[in-house]
Amino acid sequence: MSGATLLKESGPKEVFCGLTSIVWLHRRMPDAFFLVVGSRTCAHLIQSAAGVMIFAEPRFGTAILEERDLAGLADAHDELNRVVKNLLARRPEIKTLFLVGSCPSEVIKIDLSRVAENLNIELKGQVTVLNYSGSGIETTFTQGEDGALKALIPLMPKSDQKKLLLVGTLANAVEDRLVSIFNRLGIDNVESFPPRQSTELPSIGPETKVLLTQPYLTDTARELKNKGAEIIEAPFPLGVTGSTLWIQAAANSFGIDKSIVDSVLNPLISRAKKALEPHVEKLSGKKLFLLPESQLEIPLARFLSNECGMEIVEIGTPYLNRDLMKAEIDLLPPDCRIVEGQHVEKQLDRVRDSSPDLVVCGMGLANPLEAEGISTKWSIEMVFSPIHGIDQASDLAELFSRPLRRHDILNPTKTLTSN
Amino acid sequence: MELTLWTYEGPPHIGAMRIATSMKKLHYVLHAPQGDTYADLLFTMIERRGSRPPVTYTTFQARDLGGDTAELVKGHIKEAVDRFQPETLLVGESCTAELIQDQPGSLAKGMGFDIPIVSLELPAYSKKENWGGSETFYQIVRTLLKDHSKESKQTWQEEKRRPRVNLLGPTLLGFRCRDDVLEIQKLLGQYGIDVNVVAPLGASPSDIMRIPNADVNVCLYPEIAESTCIWLERNLNIPFTTTVPLGVGATQDFLNELHKVLEMEIPPSVNESNNSKLTWYSNSVDSNYLTGKRVFIFGDGTHALAAAKIASEELGFKVVGLGTYSREMARKVRPAAKALGLEALITNDYLEVEDAIKETSPELVLGTQMERHSAKRLGIPCAVISTPMHVQDVPARYSPQMGWEGANVIFDDWVHPLMMGLEEHLIGMFKHDFEFVDGHQSHLGHLGGKGNQNTSKEAIETNVQDVVTTDGNPIWTNEGERELSKIPFFVRGKVRKNTENYARQAGCREINEETLYDAKAHYKA
Ligand code: SF4
Ligand code: SF4
Repeated sequence: MSGATLLKESGPKEVFCGLTSIVWLHRRMPDAFFLVVGSRTCAHLIQSAAGVMIFAEPRFGTAILEERDLAGLADAHDELNRVVKNLLARRPEIKTLFLVGSCPSEVIKIDLSRVAENLNIELKGQVTVLNYSGSGIETTFTQGEDGALKALIPLMPKSDQKKLLLVGTLANAVEDRLVSIFNRLGIDNVESFPPRQSTELPSIGPETKVLLTQPYLTDTARELKNKGAEIIEAPFPLGVTGSTLWIQAAANSFGIDKSIVDSVLNPLISRAKKALEPHVEKLSGKKLFLLPESQLEIPLARFLSNECGMEIVEIGTPYLNRDLMKAEIDLLPPDCRIVEGQHVEKQLDRVRDSSPDLVVCGMGLANPLEAEGISTKWSIEMVFSPIHGIDQASDLAELFSRPLRRHDILNPTKTLTSN
Repeated sequence: MELTLWTYEGPPHIGAMRIATSMKKLHYVLHAPQGDTYADLLFTMIERRGSRPPVTYTTFQARDLGGDTAELVKGHIKEAVDRFQPETLLVGESCTAELIQDQPGSLAKGMGFDIPIVSLELPAYSKKENWGGSETFYQIVRTLLKDHSKESKQTWQEEKRRPRVNLLGPTLLGFRCRDDVLEIQKLLGQYGIDVNVVAPLGASPSDIMRIPNADVNVCLYPEIAESTCIWLERNLNIPFTTTVPLGVGATQDFLNELHKVLEMEIPPSVNESNNSKLTWYSNSVDSNYLTGKRVFIFGDGTHALAAAKIASEELGFKVVGLGTYSREMARKVRPAAKALGLEALITNDYLEVEDAIKETSPELVLGTQMERHSAKRLGIPCAVISTPMHVQDVPARYSPQMGWEGANVIFDDWVHPLMMGLEEHLIGMFKHDFEFVDGHQSHLGHLGGKGNQNTSKEAIETNVQDVVTTDGNPIWTNEGERELSKIPFFVRGKVRKNTENYARQAGCREINEETLYDAKAHYKA
């Protein structure tokens, strides 16, 4: 590894729990329903994180535990069974039902896998019932997607076909673009996981080469490997360099001739670099502090320092998988400070001490920092926005240059005060 | 176990956070897992607060559960007290911590701090946000004032000073509380009444200690302050007012009540009719079209009750539905609905509310942000009157609901969407005029205008199909359908249903133009 300094911190944290992933997963797989087995807090978290996205028939909900469910366990399992059947009767279009564990369901030890198993027997394949944990005592934010994907893996059919499997939720448009680039390189068989329909799971086998699109899929990557797939080692497809290396790694593993790769990618690279220029001008030399939340922090820091010239004060990450992150850390500038875990008060002290120009943080912290005159960027935007790939590099940079530009327009000289 | 797709209220510890964040020099240690920190964004994003809520979350993890979570809690409490130096400490737990029973409140009390510690027990599996807010405010006041002497103090007359009142109940994430406080303060000032303490909003624990200096408590938001007012009356002999000054009539009643409790003479200006423009605007000739407008009301208890009164008595609307998501307020909402000839809708299920809206075919919905969404889907104008809060409910401009100015704001907020609805209707009527080119899209973007034309065409087409498919049900003839299409879109559904019912009762197999008029006469009679 490079000269990055790896530190650990513990204390009070300010991060979302894994339930939050439902906010984008339900949009990726519109034929699936996510049923959290939890409390009013869990229900309130998801609706607050989802903001105003309210639907006539939403594809997520919470089976809220009540006092009588806490009394006896057998009771809670029966109750859940009843709630699920009511739901499925009302919503015949649901093809896959995820039972999502929460802190309360785990503390009182409701066995969701048993409930799922029984329901699967009863429903005889009409609906597939799966379970995973999105609880805050086990998972942070994006780890919820890791859990959901891992739960789908046993259902993937076997195949000996040679194929490239893109793993991790991408914006549909970005996904199409990346697939078309691979096709141009001569990799014709490209599939995605999660699929756009929960029932159209890609097959998997020893000839499957997995390319991770997102850095937070630790368990999913391990399980895919156990299924015989090969995980292609690469940095993540953020920024021109990251995306280029990522595509090249796949091309190498498919034995594609370097000249073909260059001829396809070089025009994209030079166009993307040109589009980056105005943002680089804005970002270069500016100080960046990333608070831990999405696990995208390391690849983002790598892009913003290497390609946009930002100076990294600290990279916070909720969890550090040294294997999956190795290629990324190798690319970081020397002496980069990576802090795994969090003590939110101490970390905010460090933010203030280092007076950064931009802080990447969660939604709860953004306005208080803005009120102190520090520009911010919500980390949750990174999981909603189309930011992957060479063509998206300047859009990605713009997410960070815009707050700085705005700050300059509104406050040419002074800093901001609020109530 | 209850399936919930969306909830009007958060869990009770959110109510506690609303109190803690509204107040100053107070800190709340919340024993909770990391995901529960989402609650900060309610304050920093919806209210756009420039500071973090004064809350330390213990953020325990699964791996801590095997070990000594009590020690972990104590560590967080000590650190929070050292760092934030609060005057009073709140200690409580969220749903998950309630299950592991660490008793963080007792732990804190055993740590030898010299500040008051309020231990909160908020049952997360049976209670909700407003209850949690009310209980927290009550516990804070009780803890800080329980040793205060009950001896009767001198009245304002004896002390030869102006009368003083406390304004109790306003909080962050409460509906327009910030502006209501300013409005009521201004109003009372005009009558020579001073405000002693406003709480919880903006109060520090030392302000709470000054509550007994007032002659009367004004209970502005019963959801939050009623239990505290009752306790203060019983234990410190401070009477409180029960009228919430929402609307012209209620503001008058409130002033009358307050003057009486304070033993002040009621100045005639209180009951004059020109205090709020609502009264004249509502009497002016162009408000004639508001007469009998069908309005559906749903919200928290206080605002739903007030809306029903304003709608029926001050604007001349017809209330066709009234309900609340607050079980604690059901006791008050039920009789109010009954007095209007309705059965109150008490539910936390927004789909049930949406069904009730469909069922009653109102011309205006007064509800929460959720009813705004439902009304939009149904093509009915809507004004938001109640929490849960949305960033749009925290306007930059001064926009109270209470007092005379509040009544002005209410007139504008409720009548404006109706006028828009009416415009939509006119557009529908004049749709064949050349000015109304096909592309005209209203900013309301619902079923009016262009969409309206399409729906009536579709309706006719689908009904031709119905002739073949429906069995035993009366059939609409083309003239009947054409006549129906002339009826304003917002009552068309209701008229269709009524006419079909009438036709069935009368044994008509076919509905033509005449049947429509027969049905109309039948229902008017
Ligand atoms: S942290 Fe736990 S209790 Fe809180 S919302 Fe997440 S799963 Fe629910
Ligand atoms: S946009 Fe249409 S509906 Fe809205 S005010 Fe103008 S004319 Fe009226």
